Amino acid sequence: MRRDSRTLIAAVVMMTMIAACAKKTPPVARPMPPPSNASGGSVTPPPPAPPKPIIEEPVSVPSMPETDISSKSLDDLNRDSPLRPLFFELDSADVSASGQQVLQENAAVLKKYPTWQVTIEGHCDERGTAEYNLALGERRAVSAKNYLVSLGVAADRIKTVSYGKEFPFDPGHDDSAWAKNRRAHFVITAK
Amino acid sequence: MLTHFLHWKWSIAAVLAASAVVAASQPPATAQPPASQQQPTTVGIVLTGEGGSQTRLAVPDLLALSSDKETQDAARVISQVLWDDLNFEREFYMIPRDTYKSIPAAASIDAVPYDRWRELGADGVVIGTVQRVATGIRVEMRLYSVRARQSYFGREYTGAAANPRVYAHTMSDELHQSQRNLRGVARTKLAFVSDRNREAVVATVEKRDVKEVYIADYDGANPRRITINRALNITPSWSPDGRAIAYTSYRTGLPDILISNIYAGTMENPTKGVGQNFLPVFSPDGSKIAFMTNRDGNPEIYVVNRDGSNIMRLTNNPATESTPTWSPTGTQIAFTSDRSGTPQIYVVNADGSGLRRISSESYADRATWSPAPYNEIAFSAKTGPGFDIKILNIERGETRQITFGEGSNESPAWAPNGRHLAFMSTRAGRSQIFTVDKDGRNLRQLTRDGNNSMPHWSQ
Repeated sequence: MRRDSRTLIAAVVMMTMIAACAKKTPPVARPMPPPSNASGGSVTPPPPAPPKPIIEEPVSVPSMPETDISSKSLDDLNRDSPLRPLFFELDSADVSASGQQVLQENAAVLKKYPTWQVTIEGHCDERGTAEYNLALGERRAVSAKNYLVSLGVAADRIKTVSYGKEFPFDPGHDDSAWAKNRRAHFVITAK
Repeated sequence: MLTHFLHWKWSIAAVLAASAVVAASQPPATAQPPASQQQPTTVGIVLTGEGGSQTRLAVPDLLALSSDKETQDAARVISQVLWDDLNFEREFYMIPRDTYKSIPAAASIDAVPYDRWRELGADGVVIGTVQRVATGIRVEMRLYSVRARQSYFGREYTGAAANPRVYAHTMSDELHQSQRNLRGVARTKLAFVSDRNREAVVATVEKRDVKEVYIADYDGANPRRITINRALNITPSWSPDGRAIAYTSYRTGLPDILISNIYAGTMENPTKGVGQNFLPVFSPDGSKIAFMTNRDGNPEIYVVNRDGSNIMRLTNNPATESTPTWSPTGTQIAFTSDRSGTPQIYVVNADGSGLRRISSESYADRATWSPAPYNEIAFSAKTGPGFDIKILNIERGETRQITFGEGSNESPAWAPNGRHLAFMSTRAGRSQIFTVDKDGRNLRQLTRDGNNSMPHWSQ
């Protein structure tokens, strides 16, 4: 039990650190601009297309009448979810500029409905091995979660789960199918 | 020359237990443990080929001494399966069965038409009988030397008639042991993942097929479902004693490690839901489990005692560490890491020291360490659009490839005698389980129903 709680504390501390100093970056060069402290980066050149600065208020929440949301079942909500998936490059768990945009919108939705709990599913395309993709899917889900947390969404509202390449959204075997299957997918689990 | 004929009678329980099966209606299945392996075995005379050439064997239909259909069927099934089992190890040249259909069955086990077998070029012939008895059937088989006109090896088994294949598997293993000092794999089993039940995962609005853990005989026969929880159950791994299977289960919604004691019908959860846990593998002595977990925020390799005690972190790197396998002595662990920028195989001592990289592929994963005395690691390597199976000889540092771009070939698993590998291939369309010898020959497709993947071979 002590060990568990220490692990938990360690996790929380780490999460805080992540929120403060962006992503724990592997030694491998991976072009992921940190979300919130772009001003500090005097050494590294700015990313070619910097994502628009994080301004929390003006992000548009997909319009959905309040009555709709409150009357919908979880299944109905998830079938036509206001939380959009974000997509990844091959063998990458880095949140792209467009992924950051998606997460900013999702963060706004989650702030508007503060009782919602979500699970972020990490998915991979079939071009990696089944085993390694379990780890890659995990990283994708955690990347998305960390970014949301850095935008101020409480970490305890977000669970992550990796499905590797076990549950493809598109069963095809081409670029278009693979692109759809490399994703972090949001499931609302409580409202 | 020795002429004695060893005639072991042994009881039923052992034979039948080898086919012991798992009830399909209970999540942790219940059945008898597999047969304990060794009967007292004395090597009598070893059958050899003429002039040093490969020994040529024939296995005609056993003679049914009773007229009921079950006995007749058993006589045919046992001889066919025994032929397949002996053919699998490639120690003997197995003469195709259709070439000796015209040779009359021996009127009794003592009236073998040796001249006819001699004409066919057979060095040995397995002659046998099946007879109905009160408790089921009695099966007697003898290996005769065609030149010496005498029996070199024989066995008699008595047991139920329900699964006659097990008599053939047992005879094959004992014949290989006696005649070639070889540990055959005819009584081993494969665990794998399948969506063949085509049930939908509950608690999701997406259309997702349940994947459950199955076991089957080494040749794919007698498939049995082990898990029934209508979720995702993947990466099965046998305990060394063959009585348990550890796997990654999403039955609570989050991936965690479960151990199903498939004969006792009980379950264990050594990781106790702390973090998310994947890819368990038993240590060679069965006391520990290595696995991948995200509990530190990114995927790392841990080792834990089977009872959940003494958890130890083995890797500590911001990159991804995944897919562990134990060395046969339990002193080292190989795993996958992308710390170099691409997934590669690394080896580390079980205490965390002595880390080194051993693969240089564009992408390598699912290392699986061969049983002693071979010091080889098989793995999946990206060779094009998909993967192929490669084998690295650790001492010589040489890598050879045994599949060549037919579909994607992944998840290799060694047979316990180190001569064969099971793996997943998409060469037949969907994902299916195949076996192949480690020289790339003797390819067999084991599954055809649904998608099947992630095989693991019992000891």
